[in-house]
Amino acid sequence: MHELAITVIGPDRTGIVADVSEALAAVGANLTDSTMTRLRGHFAMTLICTGPAEAEAVQALRRVGGVLATVRPVEPETGTAAAGEPYQLSVHGADRLGIVAAVARVVAAVGANITDLTTRLSGPLYVLVAEVDVPAGAGDELAERLAVAAAELDVDVTLRRAESEIL
Amino acid sequence: MRKVVTAPASVLSRPAAEVDPADPEIVRLAEDLVAVMRASPGCVGLAAPQVGVSARVFCVDVTGHPKAATTHGTFVLCNATILEAGRWRPGREGCMSVPDLTGDVKRAARIVVEGLRPGTGEKITITTDAFEARAVQHEIDHCAGKLFLDRVAGAHAVYQRKIYL
Repeated sequence: MHELAITVIGPDRTGIVADVSEALAAVGANLTDSTMTRLRGHFAMTLICTGPAEAEAVQALRRVGGVLATVRPVEPETGTAAAGEPYQLSVHGADRLGIVAAVARVVAAVGANITDLTTRLSGPLYVLVAEVDVPAGAGDELAERLAVAAAELDVDVTLRRAESEIL
Repeated sequence: MRKVVTAPASVLSRPAAEVDPADPEIVRLAEDLVAVMRASPGCVGLAAPQVGVSARVFCVDVTGHPKAATTHGTFVLCNATILEAGRWRPGREGCMSVPDLTGDVKRAARIVVEGLRPGTGEKITITTDAFEARAVQHEIDHCAGKLFLDRVAGAHAVYQRKIYL
């Protein structure tokens, strides 16, 4: 069983998800984790598939018109992801170069791990929302460091605990 | 001890049947639900479909939970329905039957619920709020064949559940 990391991007249109996923299903590619979203009119798909060999997936995606696709074999996930405390990070302010870079560097510096991140540029407003796994007890330190970075970038930063309740 | 079933299991996805609260089987089911809830660390509620029984019975106990306001201790309700719901609030929840995921779900922070007590069949009305209200709605959903996954707030509102050390 091959495990493949696939990216597909193309101008957004009705049926793009159906076309790409049908092409992959036709060669026996089973979608496992994926994220698909529209980015400024482009539809971007990032997915992990199991099943066919790389060449088969490449062939299948070539038959889908108007998209740029990459396929590469990857190793299956090993072990469990590092445990941390889940936090939600929100950043917003006037767009400028390097907001993501500066914020992500601060997050990495305390050993925290970004597990999901979305940015949107809406007119002059830049918005970043992320899920972050923070090492136990490091939340306050991260919040302090983010506040310093936010002052330098002239943006607003909120870090809050994303507690989930098991019912 | 009854075993907790996990999704995908058809019993979790179909509306459960109304029950006769006086039926000795249902009384035993109610006792078993409470026993499994108490034996499961952190568990604050359990519905019959979660132990593989398609019946409209659930138990809740949020006593001592930091997010609880009003609490009614341990209680079991049969054939429960929500009479009033308001003050909708988002929150992230998980479920013993969906062990690896959590999701953001809007729930009413104030509800009035009516149900029957197992055994006597006495009709009871519970007015509650905050975390107990969330738990009750989550369990009533189980009785209707719904999981929190059916109510998540959007495509980016399902998360891999973190493993705590």
